[in-house]
Amino acid sequence: MSKITLIVQREYLTRVKKKSFIIMTLVGPLLMAGLIFARVWLEMIPEVPKKIEIIDESMMFKGKLENSKNLLFFFPNNTLTNAKANFYKNDYDILVFIPENIIDSHSIQLFYKKQPGLTTQDNIKNLIQNKLEDWKLIASGIDKNKLESVKTKLNVIANKLQKTGEEEKSNNEAGIIIGFVGGLLIYLFIFLYGAQVMRGVIEEKTSRIIEVIISSVKPFELMMGKIIGIALVGLTQFLLWVMLTIAITSVVSNNFLEKKYDSTTVVEQTYKSNTPTNVEQEINKPDLGEVGEMLQNINLPVILACFIFYFLGGYLLYGSLFAAIGAAVDSEADTQQFMMPITIPLIFSFIAAQVVVTNPESPMAFWFSIIPLTSPIVMMVRLPFGVPYYEVVLSMVLLVLGFIGTTWLAAKIYRTGILMYGKKPTYRELWKWLFYKA
Amino acid sequence: MDILTANNIVKKYANHTALDDVSISIPEKSIFGLLGPNGAGKTSLIRVINQITGPDSGEVLFNGAKLSQNHIAHIGYLPEERGLYKKMEVGEQAMYLARLKGLSKNDATAKLKYWFEKFEMESWWKKKVEELSKGMQQKVQFIVTILHEPKLLILDEPFSGFDPINANLIKNEILELKQKGVTIIFSTHNMASVEELCDHIALINKSKKILDGNVKDIKKAHRTNTYEIEFTGNLMGFTNAMWAGYELIEKSQEGEYCKVKVKLQGSNTPNSLLQSVLPSVQINSLREVVPSMNDIFITNVNSSINHPIGNLTE
Repeated sequence: MSKITLIVQREYLTRVKKKSFIIMTLVGPLLMAGLIFARVWLEMIPEVPKKIEIIDESMMFKGKLENSKNLLFFFPNNTLTNAKANFYKNDYDILVFIPENIIDSHSIQLFYKKQPGLTTQDNIKNLIQNKLEDWKLIASGIDKNKLESVKTKLNVIANKLQKTGEEEKSNNEAGIIIGFVGGLLIYLFIFLYGAQVMRGVIEEKTSRIIEVIISSVKPFELMMGKIIGIALVGLTQFLLWVMLTIAITSVVSNNFLEKKYDSTTVVEQTYKSNTPTNVEQEINKPDLGEVGEMLQNINLPVILACFIFYFLGGYLLYGSLFAAIGAAVDSEADTQQFMMPITIPLIFSFIAAQVVVTNPESPMAFWFSIIPLTSPIVMMVRLPFGVPYYEVVLSMVLLVLGFIGTTWLAAKIYRTGILMYGKKPTYRELWKWLFYKA
Repeated sequence: MDILTANNIVKKYANHTALDDVSISIPEKSIFGLLGPNGAGKTSLIRVINQITGPDSGEVLFNGAKLSQNHIAHIGYLPEERGLYKKMEVGEQAMYLARLKGLSKNDATAKLKYWFEKFEMESWWKKKVEELSKGMQQKVQFIVTILHEPKLLILDEPFSGFDPINANLIKNEILELKQKGVTIIFSTHNMASVEELCDHIALINKSKKILDGNVKDIKKAHRTNTYEIEFTGNLMGFTNAMWAGYELIEKSQEGEYCKVKVKLQGSNTPNSLLQSVLPSVQINSLREVVPSMNDIFITNVNSSINHPIGNLTE
């Protein structure tokens, strides 16, 4: 077995066997599943209906406001002064005063004991507003049904017309989400596991085992072994999270939520919670079939393959830089000054990703998805919008070259840094290290 | 036959030269002391031999062939700054380090078993390194260094951190290895152990080699023709009886009992000295004052500051 395999094996096994890894792996999916179910659960909790006392001076609403699950309307013959005085003696939650001239004034007053939720307030407002509109329609002699039939909802289907004449559906919700979540994951992965590479190198330096090891293997082998080993740890954790989340979600939804919510509802809920704009408003049929169709419109296997490529490429690009920083310093406290050049492009690409979502074909989106330091995150976000193949290929080739470049640079700093103790190097010294003979 | 030869090694760092044209040759099956004050360049030279760093110029030959990655399996290195992964189990870690040196899994297991039994360390196998004392960790490191049966063993301050009993255990192991034909480079500041163990030495100061050779030859070359004489009688009578050509360096007296150090000058011999003083005093003992390695170290390092190169061999 080659030495680098031994190193990868050690780096992988010591981390995977750690208690913290096992706990994180189990807690992560529980949290995810918990979030999903919390939403469903909240909807299942029966709300105590609010009792609403209406003082209707206009005499237009009595018996016209229908009770609903959450709202019960009462119309006692009472005056406002009287109702206000007795408000706390009765068990009404909300007191609504409709003045006599409501048709002209368009305003009502609302009194409460405890601040009602926005939905409650909106529901009351909408009910009264609708009734007022009905009154006005009748007063102006307009048939309500005719008006309804005139109302039009326009559905825009956006197609990108290629030069070749091919049409391509683009710009859909699911794509945006997948791209953005992918970019976010890459961003987190680079930071979390890059920092682990750095800490691992510092550990070897401070425990002084480094000199023993590099008398057996080349510093480059040790560095790459560590980077690859930790990448595998990250992939393992990621895959376990995905699988466990799916497993927990399906088990819980099958056993506990069967009666009221089948698993499709759970999935649907998840989609709704993730979708910033309401699917209902844009597409007339808000059923799951449409979401599924949306998913089919994007080329999932291609996106997934790209995700794994940029996931690993981005990590490898930054991982060696993290290793170089770890080698240059004696303790984690000293890393700050060297972290800047790494964190800035990363944070920048994350900000850029949010802009790219709204404008995926701008020059900025193009350049950031080509430059290796930012491409893993930005290209991931751009991909679902449809990116010309040559741009993807260019970006990938540059990422591979960038990875080779940073590794080459980092290896030079690494092999000098690991044997330097005591003094905190400056950037100038790091620069000199690049030219030492191995 | 020299197992290792370093020719004109130069190693420069940004602000200073760590090794300036250093050449050494290490005879096979010997213990070679690599000596020098702190910061002289010993560790730099050791790192070049271990291929941890490469020289800017010069070459290293191992058994006559240019040093290459293949030789790693034949070299064992115990650095001065040594440590282990604190969170790893002792056995697991020893296996890992042994396999990095190229041992197969079965080979490493068998050898580790032998050494852990020999040093009575079997119960440590499942312990974490951080649970061991410093001396125990040093033992593990020593075993890992010699486990792959290297032909050349480089020990940098091997006794630091050991109590006298364990230091003796390690010393005997080193001598046993020498018996088996292993060549050992031994770097230390402990001159007593150099005297006890080394056949050859090289002394490095300020990046330059200032002295090297066989320990016996070096001692011979550093003889000062000084003798220590113990006698009973009158100290005055003794000094008066000495002719010109003798220099009294030290004297001490306790009643009748006297002790002096005399340096012989010109062609005078101990015999002629005795002849001249015998009538005056009763001689109890006479022995030559041989310079200790400690003296040789200090003398050479100090004089090299005034006269940069002073190669005293052959």
